[in-house]
Amino acid sequence: MAKITFDGIEIEVPDGTTIMNAARQIGGAIVPPAMCYYTPLKGSGGKCRACLVKVAAGSAKDPRPMPKLVASCITPVQDGMVVENTINDSVLDVRKGIVEMLLINHPLDCPVCDQAGECDLQNFAFEHGLSTTRYEEERRTFEKIDIGPLIQLHMTRCILCYRCVYTADQIAKGDRIHGVLGRGDAAEIGTYIENIIDNDFSGNVIDVCPVGALTDKTFRFKQRVWFTKPVNAHRDCPKCSGNVVLWYKGNDVLRTTARKDQYGEVKEWICNECRFEKKETSDWTIEGPSHIDRSSVISANHYELPVLNQSVIADLPASTQRELEMNPPLKLG
Amino acid sequence: MGRKLLTEHINVEGIEKLDVYRKHGGYRSVEKALKTMTPDEVVEEVKKSGLRGRGGAGFPTGLKWSFLAKPEGVPRYLVCNADESEPGTFKDRELMSKLPHLLIEGMITGSYALGANTSYIYIRGELLYVLRILEKAIAEAYAAGFLGKNILGSGYDLDLYVHPGGGAYICGEETALLESLEGKRGNPRNKPPFPAVQGLYARPTVVNNVESIAAVPVIVNEGGDEYAKIGVGKSTGTKLFSACGHLNKPGIYEIELGLPVEEFIYSDEYCGGIWKGRDLKAVVAGGSSVPILPKELILKTAAGEDRLMTYESLSDGGFVTGTMLGSGGFIAMDETTNIVRNTWSFSRFYHHESCGQCSPCREGTGWLEKVLHRLVHGHGQMHDIDLLVSVAKQIEGNTICPLGEAAAWPVAAAVRHFRDEFEWHVTHPQEATKPGAIFPGKLVTA
Repeated sequence: MAKITFDGIEIEVPDGTTIMNAARQIGGAIVPPAMCYYTPLKGSGGKCRACLVKVAAGSAKDPRPMPKLVASCITPVQDGMVVENTINDSVLDVRKGIVEMLLINHPLDCPVCDQAGECDLQNFAFEHGLSTTRYEEERRTFEKIDIGPLIQLHMTRCILCYRCVYTADQIAKGDRIHGVLGRGDAAEIGTYIENIIDNDFSGNVIDVCPVGALTDKTFRFKQRVWFTKPVNAHRDCPKCSGNVVLWYKGNDVLRTTARKDQYGEVKEWICNECRFEKKETSDWTIEGPSHIDRSSVISANHYELPVLNQSVIADLPASTQRELEMNPPLKLG
Repeated sequence: MGRKLLTEHINVEGIEKLDVYRKHGGYRSVEKALKTMTPDEVVEEVKKSGLRGRGGAGFPTGLKWSFLAKPEGVPRYLVCNADESEPGTFKDRELMSKLPHLLIEGMITGSYALGANTSYIYIRGELLYVLRILEKAIAEAYAAGFLGKNILGSGYDLDLYVHPGGGAYICGEETALLESLEGKRGNPRNKPPFPAVQGLYARPTVVNNVESIAAVPVIVNEGGDEYAKIGVGKSTGTKLFSACGHLNKPGIYEIELGLPVEEFIYSDEYCGGIWKGRDLKAVVAGGSSVPILPKELILKTAAGEDRLMTYESLSDGGFVTGTMLGSGGFIAMDETTNIVRNTWSFSRFYHHESCGQCSPCREGTGWLEKVLHRLVHGHGQMHDIDLLVSVAKQIEGNTICPLGEAAAWPVAAAVRHFRDEFEWHVTHPQEATKPGAIFPGKLVTA
């Protein structure tokens, strides 16, 4: 076990835990944002630099601070480590810079983007970015590409988080037809000559995409997500767990997605049959309304405080407890 | 005249052939190390020599070798980084094409010291003719019993391979190089784990520059202590500099570290002064990624002392008034040089070579290039200059690998030392964008 101090809060976690996951055990506003890291995908993380934090003391043995900010999603904790995230201004400044970098080539076509309302980049920019831009040049654009009949790739919106590449590699195991082509700001997600990802689990790339680069063609332009009602449902599926979220508008199922946790990470992968073909209520056993605890407009109507680890909070000094009460994470940013 | 340890016989006819190389003392270090020394003794000699990595970062080679993890029953690798592609640096190409056996000798001795039975030379894809030279030399070494099974009857086996890259600058970063060598896309890895623990094929690996490895035979032959006597302070031995730009005698020079920069530029033994009798304006001392310095700061430090060609002296004053020795790509610019245009040119390179993996570098390098493009072509505004500094700062230190810094430093340094020239491009766009326009104003020094 390793004891670390994160933003003044002490927590003990197993050795080898990353700083990010230690922070997630504390919960709330102090958790660094993640645009590329995705717990179920091996090898993900370290790319977007949104989760950079300051390590003020490396470990109990070697209490020197680390010279550069480190990516909290891939850096393992050391016993006695002291990490600063929201209490360090330089970290917040750098994060502003990362938002700016991610947005300079992003089309900002949120008004017509299907992802709007549940977009990680939107949330990240809203919480950490500036409302103005210093970028005057032309933005990079790509032609839209159909990846098979069900998925569309709109590379212009992509932030190259590599999540879909790992998904294609690890979940929807193909013949490595999904990868990254080109380099620098000309790099693009490719399926090598627009090959169809012919796999029962290919649809999961839509769920892992933090932005609107990979979209469900059966749902495109049907409805704004915040006008749809998420409902948990399951069915007896021979290929996957069959646990899904159905998104209703009136009595129609407009789309089906996997269930996600509070950090937007898929809990159980679902197959393409469940996702694309079963669009009737009669196909499913309804469990009840989904609980959405992410800071997104979808949850605007059922506003809830995020889950904080009560045992950790009880040990905090009264002033910090009050601070957390006064400034619940959802209002930050 | 300084001593030449690496390039003493570089112009001997037929030196690329094994028998000629042997006649000039070649492969002595292999015999000495394999027959009379233990691997640890070789590492100890390299440590004593104070040799610092010649690829740019200047990390002590012996120390790097001693960090190599040595778990039982797990193979280890020595990889030579011959992916030299920094603008201004061309020393390794010369060394490998003329003295291929020196590198092979260093690889054998180094691999023996590290206990590696398979080693690789990862060579830049554009250097195909050098690859052929190396392959020929390796075949000769196999035939002569310096490579393969039971080398010189010592019981030590080594296989050496040359692997060409695809010509990407990023593959000169050690972990991207390893990815590329494994047959993957050349993206730098997140560190830790460092290559010394998990490198090539997740095995302990040491990655060294060509020149560092070529120095190993010299160190083993002469002894680490002898080697350490050359040079000044912690900058020991000799170093190859590839001098280019507006010099009378551009080329590759092996110098003893500690030579004054002024002597290197103006002495007839070395670069022979600035061409056409012009005045020196600025110098990039260690390849395009290190900060540019104006004449007065490259010849003398801020404290007024002579600037020497050593790791310490060149970085004296930090980045405010100093620079870095880097990989030894010495670019001199005369008074007619347009610094803004030059900075744009460097920036274009880094934009083109960014791997696109992490966001600050992927987006920032392109942004820098576009803003500089605007300034160079007379469409810039005053606030663009501060924007450059700000964007460079947002990239620096926040990326996975040092390419971010390499892209940010030259821009930040150019603005720091030549701000009035940037401003001139904004205030006098028509004058400044004329072909052959020369900045009339005075230089700013920090």
